[in-house]
Amino acid sequence: MLIIENIKIAFGALLSGKMRSLLTMLGIIIGIGSVIAIMTVSSSLSSSISDSFQEMGANNITTGLRKLEQEESVKANGMKFGAAAGNSNIEEKDLVTDEMLAGLRQEFQDKIDAIAISENTGSGTAMKGNASANISINGINDEYFASSKTTLLAGRRINASDIKGNKKVIMVSDKLAESLFNGSNESALAQKIVVYSNGKYEDFYIIGVYKYEENTFSSDSSSNITTTAYIPLSVAKEMVHSDKGYSQFTVVTSKDIEDVSLFSEEIEQYFQPYYTGNQDYGISTSTMQSMTESMYSMISTVSVAVSFIAGISLLVGGIGVMNIMMVSITERTREIGTRKALGAKNSSIRLQFITESVILCLLGGILGIITGFILGAIAAHILGYGAAVPLGSIVISVGFSMAIGVFFGYYPANKAAQMNPAEALRYE
Amino acid sequence: MQKGKRIIIELKDIVKKYYLGKPNELEILHGIDLQVEKGEFVSIVGESGSGKSTLMNIIGALDKPDSGIYNLDGINICNTKEKKLSGIRNQKIGFVFQTYNLVARTSAIANVELPMLYNGIPKAERHRRAEELLELVGMKDRMLHKPEELSGGQKQRVAIARAMANDPGLLLADEPTGALDSASGRNIMDIFHHFNKERGKTVLLITHSKELAYETGRIVTLFDGRITDIRRNMAAC
Repeated sequence: MLIIENIKIAFGALLSGKMRSLLTMLGIIIGIGSVIAIMTVSSSLSSSISDSFQEMGANNITTGLRKLEQEESVKANGMKFGAAAGNSNIEEKDLVTDEMLAGLRQEFQDKIDAIAISENTGSGTAMKGNASANISINGINDEYFASSKTTLLAGRRINASDIKGNKKVIMVSDKLAESLFNGSNESALAQKIVVYSNGKYEDFYIIGVYKYEENTFSSDSSSNITTTAYIPLSVAKEMVHSDKGYSQFTVVTSKDIEDVSLFSEEIEQYFQPYYTGNQDYGISTSTMQSMTESMYSMISTVSVAVSFIAGISLLVGGIGVMNIMMVSITERTREIGTRKALGAKNSSIRLQFITESVILCLLGGILGIITGFILGAIAAHILGYGAAVPLGSIVISVGFSMAIGVFFGYYPANKAAQMNPAEALRYE
Repeated sequence: MQKGKRIIIELKDIVKKYYLGKPNELEILHGIDLQVEKGEFVSIVGESGSGKSTLMNIIGALDKPDSGIYNLDGINICNTKEKKLSGIRNQKIGFVFQTYNLVARTSAIANVELPMLYNGIPKAERHRRAEELLELVGMKDRMLHKPEELSGGQKQRVAIARAMANDPGLLLADEPTGALDSASGRNIMDIFHHFNKERGKTVLLITHSKELAYETGRIVTLFDGRITDIRRNMAAC
């Protein structure tokens, strides 16, 4: 009953000095607002990363060579593999051979859906007449598309007979088809293009056109975009005169496997005997799960650090609230004296002013949440992600701003409660 | 003083000092002895600085004396803790101030309800009694107005209604007509007489107006912190 009256009184007092209340709330608004903005951006970022990782395949186990001296740093970021970690030292004996893969496939028949191999032979240029486009050439096996969700727009994918027959066929992106044939995707099919790569010109026939997906991580948005072109693995091996083996491949597990990371350990164990004598390299696996986790932990570390800085602004805001409450109490000394003369207990006076300070902070907090969410949504939009509402941080913010109200309101409220009524009534 | 009447206020050798920092202590009241019976209308007169307001603060349990004994309705106020004092101020004493002291931005009726709110009276009952009291002082038609929208006399009438909210036995009025024109002042005095005669309330009126004092049953004159004269006024009785 008394609390409802107190809330009414508090609103009356705050509304009587709107400008002052708003300025006081500003510290809280900025503090809570920046925390919410950061949380909105980071949760948008997290969900977008999780989406794009899911797209890449949750059942994929990326397996590759790992340089032994680099054990520490590889473990730290979990994303570097033989090829990326500098393959200049990789020798023929280090590579994974077709025999090893056949053995792997046999040993885990029930668990493996496909083994996707993709060997990059470097960048090149695709030409048709006077038109040209930049490409990155990937030699792939027929199981490659099990690991990568690629949408086929026209024609067909590279199949086993292409690889067996060393056929000079190529799958290109719709972007390339557009710039080379500036027409429909179908018109590109069965056309001959010249590919210049590694200092040589070779002719390829287009068999398929796939949809180019703008990746979260790709920054290249110019018209002169480099897209991936797929050729049969056997042809790629011929182009670089290499038939040694692979530094990296992707195991696509069957859908009914529950613990992908457990299976990834089994794969590592399978390769152990082949690499026991190898001083330089071992086999290491990575799942989408572990990559996502390491990304998340990075984002959350950054947002905690930035939130801590925003927390300082909340502290300053809280001191502002305390200051204005002290002023308000001095101004209303006679009112406090009157209330005491009418029979208000010290506790009722204390409650009245704490309520006022809590409401001030709570309003600031709510305005801060709204401002922060708007700013965060704008920032997320500019960065190209959909805005996600960080529900947890909204609940925490509301609670936290109320706590600031109680903490910084207590001292002034207690001062009001302890006033001598006779002196308070005499106050001019 | 007639035997058999109940004593509501009993002051014995009350001394009150103010400390303005050592060694400047200022003694305002130098041993006040006074007894007030239930149902009396007593005026305390004196010039400004004579200690009238200090005495009223002590009688109203807003301040404690440095020495002496004060019993209000049989309760030793000097030994009572603040928590209990707030209850005594709430239920046994009604205050009327020269400057009205209505709570700003709050309607007349909400002001009258305030002491009942602190007394834990349910809303419906609070509202009913506040309306009744405002009607009695002739302010029912303006009960939703805020203090800023009322004249001085109207504010003081609301203040009296507020003082009577918990039906206290003692009404303490400190220069209640000091800031009012004579017609409004007359009206306020009539209300005090009404509560004194019709409802048997003890009224303690602090004033520097001799004219008003002559309307009361007993006139206590205060000079330099001492009672110099207590005169029973037969005409008013």
